[in-house]
Amino acid sequence: MSNFRSLAEVSAALDDGSVSSVELTQDALRRIRAAADLNAFITVIPDDRALAQAAAADAMRARGTATAVTGIPIAHKDIFCTAGVRTSCGSRMLDSFVAPYDAGVVERFDAAGAVLVGKTNMDEFAMGSSNETSFYGPARNPYDLRRVPGGSSGGSAAAVAAGLVCAATGTDTGGSIRQPAAFTGICGLKPTYGRVSRWGMVAFASSLDQGGPMARSVADAEQLFNVMAGFDPRDSTSADRPLEPVERRPLSALRIGLPREYHAALTSAPIAARIDDARRALERAGATVVDVALPHTAAAIPTYYVIASAEASTNLSRFDGVRYGHRCVDATDLNDLYRRSRSEGFGLEVQRRILTGTYTLSVGYFDAYYLKAQRVRRLIRDDFMHVFRDVDLLMAPTCPGTAFALGAVSDPIEMYQQDVFTVGASLAGIPAMSLPCGFVEGLPVGMQLMAPHFGEATLFSAGTAYQEMTDWHLRHPTADTR
Amino acid sequence: MGIREQDIDKLCVLAQLGLDPAERTRARADLNRMIEMIDAISEVATDGIEPLAHPLDATARLRADAVTEAVDPEPFQRIAPLTRDGLYLVPRVVE
Repeated sequence: MSNFRSLAEVSAALDDGSVSSVELTQDALRRIRAAADLNAFITVIPDDRALAQAAAADAMRARGTATAVTGIPIAHKDIFCTAGVRTSCGSRMLDSFVAPYDAGVVERFDAAGAVLVGKTNMDEFAMGSSNETSFYGPARNPYDLRRVPGGSSGGSAAAVAAGLVCAATGTDTGGSIRQPAAFTGICGLKPTYGRVSRWGMVAFASSLDQGGPMARSVADAEQLFNVMAGFDPRDSTSADRPLEPVERRPLSALRIGLPREYHAALTSAPIAARIDDARRALERAGATVVDVALPHTAAAIPTYYVIASAEASTNLSRFDGVRYGHRCVDATDLNDLYRRSRSEGFGLEVQRRILTGTYTLSVGYFDAYYLKAQRVRRLIRDDFMHVFRDVDLLMAPTCPGTAFALGAVSDPIEMYQQDVFTVGASLAGIPAMSLPCGFVEGLPVGMQLMAPHFGEATLFSAGTAYQEMTDWHLRHPTADTR
Repeated sequence: MGIREQDIDKLCVLAQLGLDPAERTRARADLNRMIEMIDAISEVATDGIEPLAHPLDATARLRADAVTEAVDPEPFQRIAPLTRDGLYLVPRVVE
């Protein structure tokens, strides 16, 4: 059986009894272990635990209470707390941390009968665009092991793209689901801020963080989203409103905007050509495509790095060597305990962001940086709200390039430019999805669709319509390309 | 105006990070470049624009002032580096 079947196909096979969840899970665990060279997983779930969950899923199906994901092996990014299974967040700080409870997202997948097979690799505390800041070493791109899978949700992207699982979760603060999805040729959705519970998801930048699905097709991502999304009273920013029904709107009923600032900033001609192909395919299907302006786009990266670093420096102050996480040995006094535990526990990029955030929040700079960035954030968000009066969706590239070689981007400021097309939607809190739209020199290219707040249904509808006309989502890396 | 040595000292105190001399040199260089990058926001006109703290302008939900859950400290203390008799242990603070 192919490792690259859709979630619906696997679910149908479970339904007709041609395979059991126990068999699927054994298979997934075997594949994960055989693909150790990808380094996609930080923790592989022990057979007995995973198989017990699979047997329970088979029993659930036998009782007639199966959902779309019952019995499906799933991988969670190692940022979601899992009771009894280590949650490292890619950091030495949490190398031995085992949460006493499950994240809201994990609870939802458990209740729906999904089978956890592993916790995926990620940039440390989700700070990175290449997976190279992981304490456990970088995950690799299944299209070329010398290249990065993107980040920070790089392990989930690599696992899905390589056919180790068909379902995974990620989190996105400034592009951490969409950029790795683009680099590995899969579909990744950052939902509307507040749509997916952040309860039990290790916090990086709380006004931006959002969990979302990663899968090989838009249709699969939609199924996972339906499990993940919904109100959670334990997350004070969770949106208390029902999920919007997905109306299948034909592409001919949609107006799609091309933000000219994004397209002007795309310097790669071959990527621009792939995005152009996708635009023409949408137009041939009847979509109306118009140019639109998002005038504050150039300010998005600096605004994002002020806000995200400030919130990170605050959130990460909880790691003190006292209550959980790494603790240095032989501390001479309390300050020594704090300082050495934190400096030993955090990697370079995390410390860099903490220092930046501490600087912008400090006396004398708060107004000039943090408050100023929040004001610019409003202008950026209002740009989006303004164009959505005229168009249903926006279409843009996901990334400025394709997957780069490990070690190729060593300058942090250059690395931050990876986020140039993704941070806008993050600051605006709108849903945005990356889906594959072709290849450049054998490497996948992603296009990004963005919708107004709570407009996930339009993304699914348009993304599925695009994938019915194209087969980019059916391509996958082969043993040769690896 | 760049970041000076003493600024790094102060930030390390505020952030509770202990950097060695090589790391401090690097942190200072990185931070100077970071600031150069984020300074671009100062050029955006924001007169009369309110700060946006929540992308949907939402405010925190309030709930009834009632006890809704009982927390068992044991599973939380089990993952702590050092506890005794239900207390988290740290180096002596008061002699």
